[in-house]
Amino acid sequence: MNKWTRRGFITAGVLTTGALVVGVAIRPGHRAPKLAGMVADGEGEVLVNTWVKIDADNLVTAIAPHSEMGQGAHTALTQMLADEMDADWDNIAYLEAPAHEEFANYAMAREYLAGDMSIPRFLDDTIDGVFLNIAKSDAVGQITGGSTSIRLTGQRGMRMAGAAAREMIVKAAAKTWDVPARELRTERSHVYHDGSGQSGRYADFAEEAARHMPPSQPRLKEVSEYQIMGQPKQRLDIPSKVDGTAMFGIDVDVPDMKYAAIMGAPVIGSTVKSVDTSAAETMPGVIKIVQQERFVAVVAEGYWQAQQAVNALEASFEEGEAGTRNQEAIYDGFRTAMTDAVENGKEQEDISVGNARKALTSAARVFEAEYSVPFLAHAAMEPLNATVRIDGNTAEVWTGTQNPLKTRNAVAEALGFKPGDVTLHNQFLGGGFGRRAMPDYPVMAAQIAAECDFPVKLIWSREEDTQQDWYRLASVSRFKVGLDDAGMPVSWDQQYVDKHDPPEAAYPIYNLDNAFVHYIESDHHMRFGAWRSVDHTQHGFYIESAIDELAHEAGKDGYEYRRALLAGKPRHLAVLDAAAKAAGWGKTMPESHGIGISIVESFGTLCAQVVEVDMTGGKPKVTHVYAAADPGFVVNPDGFTAQIESGVIYGLTAALYGEITIEAGRVVQSNFHDYEIVRMDEAPEIHVTLINSGAKLGGGGEPGTPPIAPALANAIFNATGTRLRSLPLAYQDTGTV
Amino acid sequence: MATLIVNGSAQEVSVDPNQPLLWALRENLKLTGTKFGCGIAQCGACTVHVDGQPVRSCSTPVSFADGKQITTIEGLKSADGTLHALQQAWIDNQVPQCGYCQSGQIMSAAALLEEKPRPTDADIDSAMAGNICRCGMYLRIRKAIKDAAATLPVPTVLETEGQPNE
Repeated sequence: MNKWTRRGFITAGVLTTGALVVGVAIRPGHRAPKLAGMVADGEGEVLVNTWVKIDADNLVTAIAPHSEMGQGAHTALTQMLADEMDADWDNIAYLEAPAHEEFANYAMAREYLAGDMSIPRFLDDTIDGVFLNIAKSDAVGQITGGSTSIRLTGQRGMRMAGAAAREMIVKAAAKTWDVPARELRTERSHVYHDGSGQSGRYADFAEEAARHMPPSQPRLKEVSEYQIMGQPKQRLDIPSKVDGTAMFGIDVDVPDMKYAAIMGAPVIGSTVKSVDTSAAETMPGVIKIVQQERFVAVVAEGYWQAQQAVNALEASFEEGEAGTRNQEAIYDGFRTAMTDAVENGKEQEDISVGNARKALTSAARVFEAEYSVPFLAHAAMEPLNATVRIDGNTAEVWTGTQNPLKTRNAVAEALGFKPGDVTLHNQFLGGGFGRRAMPDYPVMAAQIAAECDFPVKLIWSREEDTQQDWYRLASVSRFKVGLDDAGMPVSWDQQYVDKHDPPEAAYPIYNLDNAFVHYIESDHHMRFGAWRSVDHTQHGFYIESAIDELAHEAGKDGYEYRRALLAGKPRHLAVLDAAAKAAGWGKTMPESHGIGISIVESFGTLCAQVVEVDMTGGKPKVTHVYAAADPGFVVNPDGFTAQIESGVIYGLTAALYGEITIEAGRVVQSNFHDYEIVRMDEAPEIHVTLINSGAKLGGGGEPGTPPIAPALANAIFNATGTRLRSLPLAYQDTGTV
Repeated sequence: MATLIVNGSAQEVSVDPNQPLLWALRENLKLTGTKFGCGIAQCGACTVHVDGQPVRSCSTPVSFADGKQITTIEGLKSADGTLHALQQAWIDNQVPQCGYCQSGQIMSAAALLEEKPRPTDADIDSAMAGNICRCGMYLRIRKAIKDAAATLPVPTVLETEGQPNE
């Protein structure tokens, strides 16, 4: 940001400031007018920059490039912009940025690829230039994920845009009134010159402001000046979500559209060999049957008719070796490959600090344990769907996606169209959790629509949604930890299966002098998908279970043992202490009850959780969760609290029940009767403590999820003396009745 | 041909009598507030009222609802547009996240309050356990139901029996 030149700001501000670049390129004659047409749609509306719009009614519209899937990003991003802009919160709206290269999520790309770590400041410009190019390719694109909305787009984009817009308006007012800009003040979308008693609405100066060069370095507020950030503002999208008016992808109504249901090749990655359509063809309402390489679809007058006809299809598939695999063989494959890697020096290094192998030889004793986690489906409430209308060489797509740009480009590629000839209308997402970052379902809708002369809405059944997912991968992890006489780790060796994202997920937060973390890659056919908090879901469980076991081995309390290993890390200690204090750690638990603790750092946010469990009857019933989180600064406390609550329940479902298994290459589970979800009667009380440490902003959507599984397993151990090293937990034998 | 009386207005729909009510509401009558979630009455996203009773419209044939009074989320407001006490409580407690399940949640809760104006936690557990929320907003739903209940008049019958159902 300090290298941010005026010229760079205007022509390529994204090079040093993230997505704000699209906000600046608005002046007549510049490339931005093509953007203006996409977001300024009313008489008298002037685009000050693409991140903010002020219309003739003085309505300030924040333009957020992130999807709204319930995480409250639209509202929090709007708060960041509005605060810097001194906008009137009672006259504000948001608009999701359209799928267009100019909105490509540069900040995400940079974080995604660089991990945002250890880049020397003097290299910022170079690095930024590289990442801009990547962001503009469809490899990463415009994605909502990685808990990036607030900490990156918000910090680097929205606040800058708000501050810049405000300064431009002030400058325009000063010119109009012929007074010095420094004598002006702004409040609730108005400019005041107290000396002369003049005042005006922002809208009055919007046109003049658009003629000015944007400021090269707008001043951002200090925390003490915040008026809207840090406030529990009500979410802007909620009123439409209580009366049925919110438009999700599945609700889109395009004139003359028909409905499609689908059958994907049941062994993921396999292809359709032959289809007997005779029964389906004659069923009521059936219009067309579409066969593609990896799926068969039926198009009908209504969705139900289409689905009935899909159910009547007789299809066979080329499945190959994958069609013979079952779950146990997949796990056995992991274990064999893990042993082989260690015996033959084929470990792929993730982290190496000190010399773990050497330190192990002088350890007083060695702790070894193996943990495992299963495949997981996302199971968002809204089954996947997309509506596509093709007109000549152009197409329109209506869907809910976490990655509009990538989706638009994927659809264009599938149809052989130019990306610019495909328009994507993103809708509310009925849950995303990482699933809706993949463009497969809109591409399928486009392939079906390409064979029809009318628009098509494709809706996946819940069964397809469960069995054609991009999964949180099953994995196994082995620990070999050398301990000193006091039971503290002197050597840390962790091996695991498959490394995806984020790259630092396996990094232990604890002070360890010797650590060697390494992995092997799996060779099964199941496909990886980002699942809320991604690799942290696995490593949170592995590391925090292992640490708890080490504490027990050392005869120490799990909380105190963690504190000892976090010495010199005040943020971590504060979060751990806050959760423990809220829970009253150290209290005596009733018979058959247990208490457990964990702490995981993910996406820049620290989150500790204490879980209380009742094992009466043998099945775990979680009664209370005490969570503490430090994301640096909380933009919307109620929204952040809701995200932690949500992350806890989402993670609790996985911890208790979540398990996708494979038989003959196929996913066994199909719907909510055999892919169980935590419901009202099992939902614990959740107490959330938020800490504003002032550290660099962390994410909110994902960090609540990883700590719950290990905290629960630790609580079950506390209650029963039985250590559960594999997920899910609900139906395992703990010796209690 | 079936007659669906939805939110007080009778409409003829020409569909297979075995077709689930859900799709007649969404596709024929364009009332998309009622959601498809699982198709097998496991998640509650499709909950509507038929003659005052909560039903899972994804698994209820149109023939069952023919001629009966159907209420959907679109019909829960008063005629003058005033939100139902539950809808207001849902906003006040900032219940929805993605919001997709909330039509069904609210319809289940509305049926509960019709039957039990002062529901206990156990009442809420049993009435709402059929509604999945993947965003996990159960705590807020529970609180919103209680808040809404507190705004509703206590029925005379309960007062005279002296059983405040707590």
